[in-house]
Amino acid sequence: MKFGVLVNEGPFTHQCSDSAYQFTKAALEKGHEIFRVFFYYDGVNNANKLAEPPSDDRNLTANWSALAEEHGIDLVVCVAAALRRGLNDDILAPGFRISGLGQLIEAGIQADRLVTFGD
Amino acid sequence: MSDLPPIPPDDDEDDFGVVKKFCYVNRKAPYGTVYALESLEMVLIAAAFDQDVSVVFMDDGVYQIKSDQAPEAAGMKNFSKTYRALEGYDVEKLYVSKESMEERGLTTDDFLVDVEVLDHAALSALMAEQEVVITS
Repeated sequence: MKFGVLVNEGPFTHQCSDSAYQFTKAALEKGHEIFRVFFYYDGVNNANKLAEPPSDDRNLTANWSALAEEHGIDLVVCVAAALRRGLNDDILAPGFRISGLGQLIEAGIQADRLVTFGD
Repeated sequence: MSDLPPIPPDDDEDDFGVVKKFCYVNRKAPYGTVYALESLEMVLIAAAFDQDVSVVFMDDGVYQIKSDQAPEAAGMKNFSKTYRALEGYDVEKLYVSKESMEERGLTTDDFLVDVEVLDHAALSALMAEQEVVITS
């Protein structure tokens, strides 16, 4: 199956990004296709490469980047939501790209299922 | 709202060639969190891409379309007029949860847009026929 994934919360405060990451990873391991992961609302904060959690905790931003590198999945951050929160290309982690909300609509159209992770 | 995306002409390039049923389920109060404002932006973009858009207001989300909002005193931007602009984007399928409306002592006279009031059984049927459901 072809999935789109929508991530609506930032790392750490909510489990949203963890769950979305585990879902995406598991779907890929099962042979499913991830058309795109779209980050919206505070979810855009997952793409901030300046995040430096304690070394004995998971680093969600690094996890997403690694997943993108390993599987070539498309990680898209909403530009309007990103600008509101001070995220730009200068601090964007590897594997992420900033683009418009149209990318979310396209994911909804192209994917068999769009799965939302939020609060 | 000054930063509305432009209403696209019918023949514009913002078109994926496929029309799907997108349903936005708005469940949170208009202020206090950013969900209502940014959900509205998603609704407008789906409409700009010529999708078949429905919007459901339920739980505290029914307050999003309450008339006479005055959040300026709290330093918040009043974006409620944008709901009135939805018609210009051909977003005319607006639904309100009957239970949520009545629990809050509201009637359709309290809303700044025309809505169809559906009970939860009818909303459930509506959501079942959608292809993309985005709740926030």
